[in-house]
Amino acid sequence: MIEMQDVWKQYPNGTMALSGITINIKKGEFVYVVGPSGAGKSTFIKLMYREERPTKGQIFVNGFNIERLRHRKIPLLRRHIGVVFQDFKLLPKLTAYENVAFALEVIGAPQRHIRRRVPEALAWVGLEDKADVLPTQLSGGEQQRVAVARALVNNPSVIIADEPTGNLDPDTSWGIMKLFQRINDRGTTVVMATHNRDIVNTMRKRVIAIEEGRIARDEQKGLYEYED
Amino acid sequence: MRISSIGRHLREGSKSLIRNGWMSFASISAVAVTLLILGSTLVLAMNAQQMSNYVSGQLEISVFLKPQVSDSEGAQTAAAVKQIHGVESVQLVTHEEGFKQLQDSLGSQYKNVLDGLPKNQTIPVKLVVKAQDPRQTVAISNKIQGMRNVDTVLDGKSYVDKFYRFMDTVRNIGLVFVVALILMAMFLISNTIKIAIFNRRREIEIMKLVGATNWFIRWPFLVEGMLIGAIGAVVPFAAIWVVYRQIFSHLNGSFIALTFPLLQPGALLGKLAVIMFGIGLLIGLWGGIMSIRKFLRV
Repeated sequence: MIEMQDVWKQYPNGTMALSGITINIKKGEFVYVVGPSGAGKSTFIKLMYREERPTKGQIFVNGFNIERLRHRKIPLLRRHIGVVFQDFKLLPKLTAYENVAFALEVIGAPQRHIRRRVPEALAWVGLEDKADVLPTQLSGGEQQRVAVARALVNNPSVIIADEPTGNLDPDTSWGIMKLFQRINDRGTTVVMATHNRDIVNTMRKRVIAIEEGRIARDEQKGLYEYED
Repeated sequence: MRISSIGRHLREGSKSLIRNGWMSFASISAVAVTLLILGSTLVLAMNAQQMSNYVSGQLEISVFLKPQVSDSEGAQTAAAVKQIHGVESVQLVTHEEGFKQLQDSLGSQYKNVLDGLPKNQTIPVKLVVKAQDPRQTVAISNKIQGMRNVDTVLDGKSYVDKFYRFMDTVRNIGLVFVVALILMAMFLISNTIKIAIFNRRREIEIMKLVGATNWFIRWPFLVEGMLIGAIGAVVPFAAIWVVYRQIFSHLNGSFIALTFPLLQPGALLGKLAVIMFGIGLLIGLWGGIMSIRKFLRV
């Protein structure tokens, strides 16, 4: 599903973010990516959806060779990947429904498909009755649910989440985590960068720890093991 | 691009145009001023072309033979002139005919002035030569100049040349203005679209993330540029349309129109519409492309 072989990433300003990462994530896995701030977690995540390119090494995602991927083909890769962020990235002037529909509209999906899929996705995250509400009228957890619905609406085979609970209180965070568990239960691969010790140590999954640009640990049902 | 997306691009482009308010207004005005000058220059130039064709078509070469040359000798010269390549017709004006023409042109009041002068010697024999092609006038008149018995050759060349030179100057000045203004208009449009791109950076970010193609992201901005260009063409075209029709209907049938016939408004304005809207769209499109290339490296 996701494969990296000796991946290096140096930013133009000279910062070496990743130094020789080799990893294999299989279809249907649920993986936490942990590690201190600035250790390379974000870069690791961004390489997967081709937001950044590796300086060296090979990456395969869902059958795409990221390194060889033509610029024009990037959109095709991203249609197989759903991305969720700490800050939700919703469009403030669009309702919950419109925010989810936006993801389908801009890839040229037919209207009848949109009208069927968007309510399904909203129902799936439990927001069917908030379809016409603007993000500013929603709580943080609800906003993140809209973002998850948007990531899911296109039926991706991988969901990549960068600190999805970073802005949420513990109770709300658990609600969102249950959502990710359900996504994973459907057979969708989940890769989640997180700082949330409670979650990692309670909902035990494979843990990949990145420190100073290298894989420090890679354990099934691992623990968080950091102080922050 | 999918057909179903065209509607969306048009909608998004117009939304952005309205959202940009004053910047859009400034860009549209710049295009309008540019096209007003371009259009007026074109109307002038096309009419000047028409006039000069018309004037040249009426140009005759007047060949005055030496005073002592008789009518029959004149006829021989006329025959010789007729042989010159490119000559369409030669008309012989004898001593007597010339005298009569002069008399007629003086009018009844001064008719008597010429009384008592010998009809066969006062006015030299004249040949009126017409060229097949007005542009050959000069070459023909040069040849005639060298012939025996020929005294003075008058062709309208110097007048036509002056006219042409004047029109060239008008056209060149117009062209310089138009080029400068086109550059300014494109600069303004590309700035407007730059702001539009900035305003929509969040949307663009999400579009990229969920896998919208590059052209899907770009089209609305190109549409916005082309809308600015097209709207900018409407106002000056309408202005020229109204003014030209007014001028035409005022002048038509008057003395000036006989000397300098204006082009029919229908055909002229049709051509002008194509040119002005075409250039407006191109300016807008190019302004959009400049911005997209710089600020939308998707």
